[in-house]
Amino acid sequence: MAEWTTLAEAVAAHVRDGDILAMEGFTHLIPFAAGHEVIRQRRRNLSLIRMTPDLIYDQLIGAGCASKLTFSWGGNPGVGSLHRFRDAVENGWPCPLEIEERSHSDLANAYVAGAANLPFAVLRGYTASDFPRVNSRVRSIACPFTGEVLAATPSVQPDVTVIHAQKADWKGNVLLWGILGVQKEAVLAAKRAIVTVEERVRSLDAGPNACILPHWVVNAVCEVPHGATPSYAHGYYERDNVFYREWDQISRDRPRFGAWMNENILKTQGFEEYLALQNKAWAQREYR
Amino acid sequence: MTTACTAEEMMTVAASRMLRNGAVCFVGIGLPSTAANLARLTHAPDAVLVYESGPIGAKPPILPLSIGDGSLAETADTVVSTPEIFRYWLQGGRIDVGFLGAAQLDRFANINTTVIGPYEKPKVRLPGAGGAPEISSSAKEVVIIVKQSKRTFVEKLDFITSVGFLNGGQSRETAGLRGKGPVAVITDLCIMRPDLTTRELKVASIHPGVDREAIAANTAWQIQFAEDASETVLPTAQELTVLRELKARTTKAHGAEGVDT
Repeated sequence: MAEWTTLAEAVAAHVRDGDILAMEGFTHLIPFAAGHEVIRQRRRNLSLIRMTPDLIYDQLIGAGCASKLTFSWGGNPGVGSLHRFRDAVENGWPCPLEIEERSHSDLANAYVAGAANLPFAVLRGYTASDFPRVNSRVRSIACPFTGEVLAATPSVQPDVTVIHAQKADWKGNVLLWGILGVQKEAVLAAKRAIVTVEERVRSLDAGPNACILPHWVVNAVCEVPHGATPSYAHGYYERDNVFYREWDQISRDRPRFGAWMNENILKTQGFEEYLALQNKAWAQREYR
Repeated sequence: MTTACTAEEMMTVAASRMLRNGAVCFVGIGLPSTAANLARLTHAPDAVLVYESGPIGAKPPILPLSIGDGSLAETADTVVSTPEIFRYWLQGGRIDVGFLGAAQLDRFANINTTVIGPYEKPKVRLPGAGGAPEISSSAKEVVIIVKQSKRTFVEKLDFITSVGFLNGGQSRETAGLRGKGPVAVITDLCIMRPDLTTRELKVASIHPGVDREAIAANTAWQIQFAEDASETVLPTAQELTVLRELKARTTKAHGAEGVDT
């Protein structure tokens, strides 16, 4: 049953050290505010799952929150590398990071299997690739009817899933639209779910086929305007492409990354204070 | 009429010509997306652009910086979830052409986008698979767009992320991959096509101003030239104008250069 809480309360109640944590959002609606709060509360040993780690997991990995990452594409979209992710994989900094590498098609299927409470996903994938050589969980199964050999991979069932959405009503029913990614599946596959939203509304006013997560599949709902920035929220604000490019520089070396984390996340009380700092940085950009 | 152009423009235009009007195209970000959108804005107005984030029939006015940009959703015929894209539309057999990039490529057009060096202790950790392994197996055909150099066109891949013709000959079919595989590799120097029997890539068309030595010098294996290798047709004035306008609009909207990474 959904409870309206602050983001700090939601993370404190539902995200624990050692959890399997999925924070989904395919370029769109990435729950950055929640990611920052996990860093602020200094969670450790998280087993992170996300199709596209993006900046949100680059930050969590660099901050030392994660001991494992399951992913399918780990780059800075349109820009290049995720430097903190690479530093962790290539040099074990700030701590060793075990990786479980899958493909998009596989992880999407694995979330569906997780939501359907099945132990594994079946897909026509990975054929003749090197994945089974490096990931013992990428296996195969023969179709009992035709004998066709198909890929079989373990379903994804996180301890906790966190997503960001556009709206929730007073009861905690959640509405999202635009690029939906795997958010619905990720919530339904998880034991617990936190949703941050752009706004709390009296009524969702949505059509009958809208993507709505009923309040009783969500544990905590938090109103966090701009909570997906620097990614975007369809109908609310655009993607901050400039920040995505700046991150390439911020994250490139350890001291600069550390200073940025300290200043913008660890020393701030919450996302509002972070946004205020970003707005100041935005204003200064004009004069560069 | 033809006009002078850069090597990258030649590559993008050559790739765009691979997309026939009405084809359903699964598009990766960067050069593949530029080429597919150029095709849509020139000779293939009815091409259907499918992005793995969910948009089907996207008609973005500018090039998306990321695979899930809002302009893709706003201009699409429909937006479906990511599982649906991969399950119903790609695996379901509805994609005619997959446009892919590569970090490393071998003579049989197998692709590596995972690691340079050993997997356990990589020299360079690359982004990884994304949608490519299943695009390369399930799309009816694949077109690869990649800048040519010895670092990219290698003798042996450090990791097979996405399968082209595996070990050549019939090995792709024997392994059970469904689509036809790569039909062309478009580079900034030439167009390569697989030999019909051995399936090894051969230079089929050389871009104007490029010589055979340059192609050989930028390929780590001994590259072969098809007997009937010809010269690539230069971009038309219209193709170049549309491409340059598209890039200018994109730069203006994103506030910076660097879209094709």
